[in-house]
Amino acid sequence: MTTVVDTPQWLATLRADGHALPQSPLAWLNERRAQALERANALSVPTTRDEEWRFTDLAPLRQFSLQRPPAARTITEADIALFNLPEAGARMVFVDGQFAPSLSHGVGALIGTSGGTSTGTSVSTLTDGLKSHGALLQQHLGVHAGFEQQVFPALNTAWLHGNNGALVVLGRNAVLEQPLHVLFVATQANIALCPRVLVVAESGAQGKLIEDYVSLTNGAYLANAVCEVSIAGNAEVHHVRLQRESLAATHIATTAVSLAKDARYRSQSVALGARLSRVNLDIRQAGEGADVELDGLALIGGEQVADTHSSVDHAFAHGRCRQMHKTIVGGAAHAVFNGKVLVREGAQLTNSAQQSRNLLVSPRARVDTKPQLEIFADDVKCAHGATVGQLDAEHLFYLKSRGLPEQQARNLLTYAFGAEVIQRIPVKSLVNRLQQTVLARVDAK
Amino acid sequence: MKNTNAKTLLEARGLTATVAGVEILKGINLTVRAGEVHAIMGPNGSGKSTLSKVLAGHPAYAVTGGKVLLDGADLFALSAEERARAGLFLGFQYPVEIPGVSNSGFLRLAYNTVQGARGKDELDPLEFDDYVREKMKLLEMDEGFLDRSVNDGFSGGEKKRNEILQMAILEPKLAILDETDSGLDIDALRIVAGGVNALLTPDNACVLVTHYQRLLNYITPDYVHVMESGRIIKTGGRELALELETRGYDWVVEETRNATEVSA
Repeated sequence: MTTVVDTPQWLATLRADGHALPQSPLAWLNERRAQALERANALSVPTTRDEEWRFTDLAPLRQFSLQRPPAARTITEADIALFNLPEAGARMVFVDGQFAPSLSHGVGALIGTSGGTSTGTSVSTLTDGLKSHGALLQQHLGVHAGFEQQVFPALNTAWLHGNNGALVVLGRNAVLEQPLHVLFVATQANIALCPRVLVVAESGAQGKLIEDYVSLTNGAYLANAVCEVSIAGNAEVHHVRLQRESLAATHIATTAVSLAKDARYRSQSVALGARLSRVNLDIRQAGEGADVELDGLALIGGEQVADTHSSVDHAFAHGRCRQMHKTIVGGAAHAVFNGKVLVREGAQLTNSAQQSRNLLVSPRARVDTKPQLEIFADDVKCAHGATVGQLDAEHLFYLKSRGLPEQQARNLLTYAFGAEVIQRIPVKSLVNRLQQTVLARVDAK
Repeated sequence: MKNTNAKTLLEARGLTATVAGVEILKGINLTVRAGEVHAIMGPNGSGKSTLSKVLAGHPAYAVTGGKVLLDGADLFALSAEERARAGLFLGFQYPVEIPGVSNSGFLRLAYNTVQGARGKDELDPLEFDDYVREKMKLLEMDEGFLDRSVNDGFSGGEKKRNEILQMAILEPKLAILDETDSGLDIDALRIVAGGVNALLTPDNACVLVTHYQRLLNYITPDYVHVMESGRIIKTGGRELALELETRGYDWVVEETRNATEVSA
């Protein structure tokens, strides 16, 4: 028996746009896009009957008429001043899916030291990257974020045209002290965006990336983001992912990270915005001794839904992963966490620890959290824990006994709960900004 | 003896209180005047800590009877935060840890809330920095302490010093120090006691709730009260503490029981 499901308008639009893209001079890219489009056409939108989407209902997307952005609106530096990070060594700004050179700086330049590699160290659009780093992109682009089974990365890949994405290449042994800021700005309602980021860190390289989604509209739109990170032997990437989309937006993200031998990946993922957000985080260990730290924080209220599905695949021995996912849920909001940890047969001496900590600040708030451990090696250390709770009465009393009013005491403790994640972000100005945001947001609840 | 004409800062009459429906305080009478130091001693479970929490307004305890005046005002008409602003301070036996909130930020917030309520000017971060550093010398605290999160990862001694630092900053009329001495080594005890002594004036008062006489070698009490089963069963001078140290509590309990039987 077959079930006939009518295709939502937004999906039909995205598929049609994939078809309409002009061909690239690069045959491999055309082929990869065609494969992705074929999958995007074949796959349907997940529903709550799919185990992976049980708690996150995409049906409300149907009510929106989403189009490819008609034209990038012109915005000025002042419009995005709030998102500026003075520490950033380079900034790439994308407005409604189009690269905005006038708002960007440090782009294309060789930054840091390149340690005698042919690829050098650069930040560029994927369009320029396809010209300068064709072979490298062929090796990585659309390879780490699989699109065989998932309609969103398939659509994003089918949509690849280069000007909607950033390429960061860290050459061999290059050490970048200053963080790179990739800022995706949405300015219009009823649009569909497919932002894309590829980070390739060659052996021994080290760098920091801030992947940042913001909005200048209160309207509803769809951002379907894909970020791929490839970390070669003994290299290190510190990746901060910041989602502060419009409170009416839908944000679907796929982050795929591949770590070679002794590679290190540190990440803080903070979700503040979007009516509905879903992050699929896929970490794959492709060599021994990879070291991963994953911190997540969702601060939501109203009718927001924030869903994180992570998967850590320990495929080789001596891997280490520390994961801490926190949520602060107010109003009638709903936070979802599913943390899969796979330890394959050969992955002996893996040390993997996962924590899910959830704070409910209103009686109607809801959390669904699920650890999912699959262990096939016999000499490993794997731990997981989950808590769901409210503010501690003893802590509140302590602050009130120092004269703080009830609400202020609650705000401070709520902030403190999230601070553990925020304070691990390696950019001071961003930590300060987020502290203020969290305190103000908590205040408003 | 102390000046009995001094202002009464705390007056408790027939105070009873319960926690989870169980009566813990069974009629406390206590008068604390300005310039006095009181020690409340007693075996574990006698209700000492409950008394300090009830006075500070802990939500887990229900006051079921009696009356308490703080500087002439009805204490139980005030919320916990209003009591703090009215000049009551509780030094916690187990100060809570608040990761992510800097100690300097927290101390300034508390200062501005409490001192602001008394009509003093609020201090900006720079002004407060000068103010707090002066107070920190009293407790021999190093400067790095200000940048750390509130009590987060502090040793027992550091937490207690932080409590006394808060007392120094908030300048309460009546400080209740709940087991401030427990868990301290002799050096930390000396510093904490030195801090408390330096803060005592003829206009304020201090109630030391303690299990051990050792603290009273460093802070001299004017009155020593023995608590047992939710009542103050004996009151004496500092010599009572020494007697308790050598003889324990049983004889006081015995003496009270006999006295009750005689009168009955």
